[in-house]
Amino acid sequence: MSVLVFAETSEGQYKKVAFEATSYGAKVAELLQTNLVALSINAKDASQLSTYGATKILNVKNEKLTSFNAKAFAEVVSQVAKSEAATVVIIDSSSNGLYLAPLVAFKLQAALASNVVGIPSTTNPFVVKRKAFSNKAFCLTALSTSVKVIGLAKNAFGIFENTVETTLADFNPALSDADFGVSSKQIIKTSGKVSIADADIVVSAGRGLKGPENWGMIEELAQVLGAATACSKPVSDLDWRDHAEHVGQTGKQVAANLYIAIGISGAIQHLAGINSSKVKVVINTDPEAPFFKAADYGIVGDAFEVVPKLVEKLKIFKQNNA
Amino acid sequence: MKLHLFYPTKQQKTIKNMKLLVCISHVPDTTSKINFTEGDTKFDTNGVQYVINPHDEYCLTRALWFKEKQGASITVITVGTQLVEPTLRKALAIGADDAIRVDAEPKEAFFVAQQIADVAKKEGYNLILTGRESIDYNGGMVPGFLAASLNYNFVNACIGVEIEGQNVTATREIDGGSEVLATTLPIVLAGQKGIVEEKDLRIPNMRGIMMARQKPLKVVPAIEVILNSTTVGFEKLPLKSACKLVSPDNIDELINLLHTEAKVI
Repeated sequence: MSVLVFAETSEGQYKKVAFEATSYGAKVAELLQTNLVALSINAKDASQLSTYGATKILNVKNEKLTSFNAKAFAEVVSQVAKSEAATVVIIDSSSNGLYLAPLVAFKLQAALASNVVGIPSTTNPFVVKRKAFSNKAFCLTALSTSVKVIGLAKNAFGIFENTVETTLADFNPALSDADFGVSSKQIIKTSGKVSIADADIVVSAGRGLKGPENWGMIEELAQVLGAATACSKPVSDLDWRDHAEHVGQTGKQVAANLYIAIGISGAIQHLAGINSSKVKVVINTDPEAPFFKAADYGIVGDAFEVVPKLVEKLKIFKQNNA
Repeated sequence: MKLHLFYPTKQQKTIKNMKLLVCISHVPDTTSKINFTEGDTKFDTNGVQYVINPHDEYCLTRALWFKEKQGASITVITVGTQLVEPTLRKALAIGADDAIRVDAEPKEAFFVAQQIADVAKKEGYNLILTGRESIDYNGGMVPGFLAASLNYNFVNACIGVEIEGQNVTATREIDGGSEVLATTLPIVLAGQKGIVEEKDLRIPNMRGIMMARQKPLKVVPAIEVILNSTTVGFEKLPLKSACKLVSPDNIDELINLLHTEAKVI
């Protein structure tokens, strides 16, 4: 018996979500009084995972798996799960994790719980808490299969150091052509920017900015904070900003530590996409804007006056706290 | 120009090969109040308006494009009780040709996927479009389970798709960009905004609504599936403390609060 975590890499380096999933896995393993096995594919330095509580690390070195392939990766994860007799398999909620998890669960005839926000409240029955109703409520789900797959929500558990003795080994999966029915042709990266998915801080602006020509100060604010930039749906529909920046119910989901909304009224569809962020700040001229009900901190004021001042003050703050 | 009528074009060849199924979820409208009853174990449907799941609507609209440009016929399917039929009728009014309702409470994702897979297998649909997730339970599990059950190719978070013959070029959203994938029919595509844009969505017109009444809506019994999971309860979000307002003339205070109180910068 064991708990298995799939620790995701990008170009050989662990993603932040890999450390979070491993930290979470260590806690689940402790709860089940068993060991945590971590699996990674083409990691350059797999030993890093011992810092987060993995007692056994398996690394797959395979050129065919250089770029993510959901079906082939699912085959690898399920082969390891079987050979390690894993009863719980943990997968992160990156775009790749979300793609992978149902395929892994199906192969293992396991129940899958996605968007899980904490460790199981009980292990028999095995009950987990999940985000539901577009972050407006939680759902408690009991998983009844002998093997369970958990899709861990982003930024829901945190990263905890817990250095342990680790054994490190290679794993050679058996893969066939049938596992490569979908192949990657091209990856188009939004260049030179922090991605919304990976960002700790997201600076977002809405129609209150009046036009795309006014985004300079938003980008400057994002740069000072090391943040990603995002926008509301109307802004994306008006083509003021790239569609990839749209956050909300039908756009990207944001689970950042800090979300700053500028000139966004806070329509329910927008809030549905950003509710999982830990701290929300709103800057809006209208004190009645619904965003003030959802935010932790707010400034009633004109973005064109407040944002440049905020940029200036943050630059000083960053200098003093560097 | 008229030559088209006499010589079959490549496009016409694809017609025969495409059998399209769009899976629709019947979900509470975004603005619905989310409440629970019976000791927080049941979703309170009181006063809730239902709509086609937005992600599914993007997929349906893309399917209509295939129908109009490449001649496919479109079936919509949902798993639900009689209460979901207005949602299916709306999909028919938008332009789907026929509808199937699997007569069962959609208890969990695996159960739903097995029901749809059973119908798809019997009817031989080779292009299945469905939203990346429903906006009620947000599980995002049905598309992957469905593809795996059918052993079809699968693309998640699909924001673009072109089909020529058996070849499929699909674009999926990834963290910080997008990825172009090459694959073949049969396939399950879990779509989202981007597969079509907001402005492409269609509002059913009167003619569509009238025609929808005549279109076939078949009710099929559910197959037996052992449930993998059960919902044992719900929790509402913890009450949030009121927003702390900072004067626009005191930006330093905001920075100080974010640094010392919230500890996020």
